[in-house]
Amino acid sequence: MADVATDVIAIIRKKVPGDKQDIKMSDKLTELGIESIDALEMIFDLEEKFGIQIPYNANSAATDFSTVGDVVKAIEKLKGEAS
Amino acid sequence: MNWPNRVVVTGTGIVSPLGLDTRTYWDALKEGKTGIALPTVVPSELLQKEVVAEIKDFDPKRYFEERAIAPLDRVSQFAVVAAREAAASSGISFEDGLADRTAVIMGTGVGGANTLEESYRRLFIENASRVYPLSVPKVMPNAPASQVSMHLGLRGPAFGVVSACSSATHAIGLAFQMVRAGIADAAVAGGAEACINLGSLKGWEALRVMASDTCRPFSRDRKGLVIGEGAGAVVLETLDNARKRGATILAEVVGFGMTADAKDLTNPDVNGMTRAISQCLADGGLTAEDVDYINAHGTGTLANDQTETRAIKAALGERARQIPISSTKSMVGHALGAAGALELVAAVMSLRDQVAPPTMGYLGPDPACDLDYVPNMARDVAMDTVLSNSFAFGGLNAVLAVRRPH
Repeated sequence: MADVATDVIAIIRKKVPGDKQDIKMSDKLTELGIESIDALEMIFDLEEKFGIQIPYNANSAATDFSTVGDVVKAIEKLKGEAS
Repeated sequence: MNWPNRVVVTGTGIVSPLGLDTRTYWDALKEGKTGIALPTVVPSELLQKEVVAEIKDFDPKRYFEERAIAPLDRVSQFAVVAAREAAASSGISFEDGLADRTAVIMGTGVGGANTLEESYRRLFIENASRVYPLSVPKVMPNAPASQVSMHLGLRGPAFGVVSACSSATHAIGLAFQMVRAGIADAAVAGGAEACINLGSLKGWEALRVMASDTCRPFSRDRKGLVIGEGAGAVVLETLDNARKRGATILAEVVGFGMTADAKDLTNPDVNGMTRAISQCLADGGLTAEDVDYINAHGTGTLANDQTETRAIKAALGERARQIPISSTKSMVGHALGAAGALELVAAVMSLRDQVAPPTMGYLGPDPACDLDYVPNMARDVAMDTVLSNSFAFGGLNAVLAVRRPH
């Protein structure tokens, strides 16, 4: 599933301020500088890219996207459910 | 500051999911009824299970001649019906020149959202080559103000106010300032919203803040906000005029504060909220000790409710822990540009009856929300001065203070 990780990192990179190239799976989204509106746009881009629905609600910790790896894992799981 | 006039509320009007007049609405709020359910106007398979607070029993034919309905978007229909009730209940006569000196200020978040949606549907789905001829004047966000002015024959300053969820509070606050300063002798002010349609709900879904169960302001396990619709209006006039004509004075408007966060587009800022509350108190010559009750903005989102709690504590200090605070959005949802008017009318009725309506859907305390939110049951409260808070996307804050007539 390395391709999912590559695509997810490409989408996340667009929301990271500055010109940071080396985004690692263990990087925390907040430490990368991704704020609430960036996160909304990132989720939209991910849903469009992978044709999935991410059950994310800003008022609930049910979907916890703490690190880049968390996002990749969630997308892989949702992709699996969709196919 | 020495203003020429004191300003009083002598009439109220309501169109809400819990009733199409002030009395039905207020009785329902006191009883803790909720108007929240799955939407009926949009097929549920197109949505993500969010609930809304729709007005299901509004028949425009009850209020307007057949030929007058088509040029009125639902948002303007609501505005005119609420304004008519406000004028009728105040018993005010706009004759003898008062019509020329009466302002109409109506807030809305979106304007004629259903007309816009219908035009897009015709163009992009039905491939129609033209849209309804009055689409433009139905959609414009000043349509509610214009229609109220036309239907009531009011010819003073008239305009719409647009500040998302604070629109109606800004509208009533501006009307208060104008009457207080002698720029207008009376005003019909409030707000209206009618944007429960597929396009709007999809927009809200994408913000990821919609509740799928109900609106639970300040509660643990709250899941977000619930979109509502409706209108509220008040008649404001000078204390002198109200006394001269022997009107029933419902409340005196004593203070208004407004600020901008100048920070985040969607995340509220405690400093912006705090300054709005403090400015409102200063404007009314009030201290924290004077505040007896707050009708909160209380949307049911994680961010608003904890930030609003912090702001109330920052602005009122120790007094914050002694006063009841309720969010009537727990019953009628968040009617965006109408919310401030629905809530000010609730606050005025709270003063009249000395009752704080409940915050429904409350499951238990959230450690970040540690004040008295009047959970799940209305309460008798001795109150002389109350606040009504509104805090909008874009960081636009507005707070009104009203007092029992003295």
